[in-house]
Amino acid sequence: MPQVFHRSSNSIARLSIIGAAVTAALIGAIVYIVARSPLATGQHVPPAQPVPFSHAHHSGGDGIDCRYCHQSAEYSAVAGVPPTETCVNCHKQIWLNSPNLRPVRESERTGQPIQWVKVHDLPDFVYFNHSIHIKKGVGCSTCHGEVNRMQLTWQVAPLNMGWCVECHSQPERFVRPRSEIYNMQWQPPANQLELGRRLVDEYDIQKKVYCDTCHR
Amino acid sequence: MSIRSRSYDLWLKLFGTGQRDARQTGGGLNRLAVGVLAVALLFVSACASNHRDQPYYEAQDPSAFFPDGKADRPLPPNTVPQGQLRLDEHLYQGTSNGRPVNTFPFPVTAQVLQRGQQQYNAHCVPCHGFAGNGDGMIVRRGYSRPTSYHDERLRNESLSHYYDVIVNGYGAMPSYADQVYPRDRWAIIAYIRALQLSQNANVRDLPAEDQELLNHPPTPAAGDEGEGEEGGH
Ligand code: HEC
Ligand code: HEC
Ligand code: HEC
Ligand code: HEC
Ligand code: HEC
Ligand code: HEC
Repeated sequence: MPQVFHRSSNSIARLSIIGAAVTAALIGAIVYIVARSPLATGQHVPPAQPVPFSHAHHSGGDGIDCRYCHQSAEYSAVAGVPPTETCVNCHKQIWLNSPNLRPVRESERTGQPIQWVKVHDLPDFVYFNHSIHIKKGVGCSTCHGEVNRMQLTWQVAPLNMGWCVECHSQPERFVRPRSEIYNMQWQPPANQLELGRRLVDEYDIQKKVYCDTCHR
Repeated sequence: MSIRSRSYDLWLKLFGTGQRDARQTGGGLNRLAVGVLAVALLFVSACASNHRDQPYYEAQDPSAFFPDGKADRPLPPNTVPQGQLRLDEHLYQGTSNGRPVNTFPFPVTAQVLQRGQQQYNAHCVPCHGFAGNGDGMIVRRGYSRPTSYHDERLRNESLSHYYDVIVNGYGAMPSYADQVYPRDRWAIIAYIRALQLSQNANVRDLPAEDQELLNHPPTPAAGDEGEGEEGGH
């Protein structure tokens, strides 16, 4: 009986086994990379907002401090987006007739809030709290980037678990003096590790890596 | 029927070919079962992603239920939140027996002044400017110009007046009651007093050695400027 398979079939079979393994690994790698890429985490792309509010104008250009609008970051879990009344403080007098501000005037008239689109949104099974981070010397820009240079606000950090835990296990690499919390252009100095270790001591910063820190 | 036997029944309905239910209704049920299962699986995966977005309100969420469109609810009338009884008239109303005061409700320390500076810079500087002259950035962009803090009348106003302006606003100035909390209001007022002092200071108030320094400023040591050019460090 003639041979059904040519001799090369052996190597083809072996190759295809290896090929299957490589393909599987590749698919795995692609899934892994895509899941951590800005595509999946929503980084770097500002969502459209009902009012084209610009941090670059208000904070960068006119020097308005973050606390003017996000004062609760210091006291509570949420930093919060300011209510319409905060905008009206200034816009009752300046840029009165700008079409861009129509939703602000509308909201003031009707009492219905402006429906800002969330830029950052952790899954609901994660607990986050702003005030503890501010108290322990983590600056806004460590997590949010140079907000005062953004025309529309976008997300800078991946906000996945690995990102949170990287800092929670090595806070000395990221913390800064409390006086620099609102400095968006702060960069870690050359001796960050030395400075960081001193601050970890001074502010009594704990390494919070247990699951129930963030999943309660 | 116990739960277990009920689910056993369901199991049989779905997969039990040749068992009692299947026999009664024929093979059509099997296909139906597969369909039902497929749809059920869809729901399972929907549940799996739903734990990211669970059915409860977070702070500042919108609400279709309440007429003002907000999930955050205002305080019901005639109630006092825990820890906010606010009986201290001096601290919370800025008056004493309804009369203006010229004292602080707590001692003004360096720490209080620092806090006042931060809060002043965040909330007042946009209009009043860093030195309190009334030339802040927003004023330069067209907002009405506030009276300078170094104006004779304002320097002589009582602390109560400042507290009242922060809480209730004044003319073209909006109220800052929602943005600045009571202790911070006093810290800001203390800092404004410091600013007023700074623009009206008398050289004779300085310690003797500082006066000496002012009158005879040290001449820069020779060679100070040349050093950089040599690139020796
Ligand atoms: C004049 C008021 C104002 C000031 C000052 C201000 N913000 Fe905002 N901020 C807003 C408003 C309104 C939004 C919502 C619209 C948006 O996302 O751009 C916002 C959104 C944000 C967000 C995104 C929120 C989300 O949806 O996840 C971050 C982060 C933020 N601000 C940080 C800062 C920082 C840091 C500063 C100081 C440099 C600052 N803001 C100063 C008004 C302000
Ligand atoms: C402290 C004063 C102040 C506050 C508070 C403030 N703004 Fe402004 N806003 C300004 C100034 C000044 C400008 C002019 C921008 C510039 O060129 O510097 C401006 C410009 C704008 C513009 C651009 C208008 C146009 O037609 O281009 C928008 C939109 C705007 N603000 C929205 C908001 C919203 C929304 C809020 C509330 C979250 C807000 N602003 C709060 C001072 C303020
Ligand atoms: C440790 C990282 C971290 C730091 C530091 C931080 N933020 Fe955030 N911020 C977040 C995360 C995470 C969210 C999303 C929270 C959520 O979805 O529940 C967020 C959300 C926000 C929001 C949207 C509203 C809200 O509270 O959910 C604003 C506004 C904001 N941050 C402003 C600030 C400002 C201003 C500072 C500095 C004072 C700051 N953040 C510091 C991580 C941080
Ligand atoms: C850049 C550093 C940094 C990042 C990023 C960061 N954290 Fe933190 N976090 C800290 C520090 C520092 C503390 C204070 C620890 C202490 O001493 O209690 C803290 C404390 C906390 C606490 C309070 C712990 C407690 O039990 O009191 C929670 C909750 C928390 N972080 C959640 C998060 C989550 C969720 C993320 C990611 C979205 C995150 N953090 C990202 C530095 C960080
Ligand atoms: C510093 C905060 C923090 C700590 C500590 C932490 N997590 Fe997380 N975890 C997160 C964040 C943030 C996410 C959401 C990431 C995302 O958006 O995909 C998450 C997501 C998860 C998920 C994925 C859920 C899903 O369906 O996507 C699991 C599982 C999980 N964590 C388990 C754990 C376990 C187990 C521990 C303890 C070893 C732990 N976490 C400790 C912040 C934390
Ligand atoms: C949006 C601009 C703006 C901001 C921000 C602002 N003010 Fe004013 N303020 C004004 C204007 C305008 C006047 C002048 C009002 C008038 O005479 O009609 C004024 C007047 C005053 C006066 C003098 C009242 C008098 O008797 O003449 C005091 C005191 C004062 N402001 C305190 C503050 C303090 C404290 C803050 C910060 C918490 C602050 N202001 C923030 C615009 C502002």
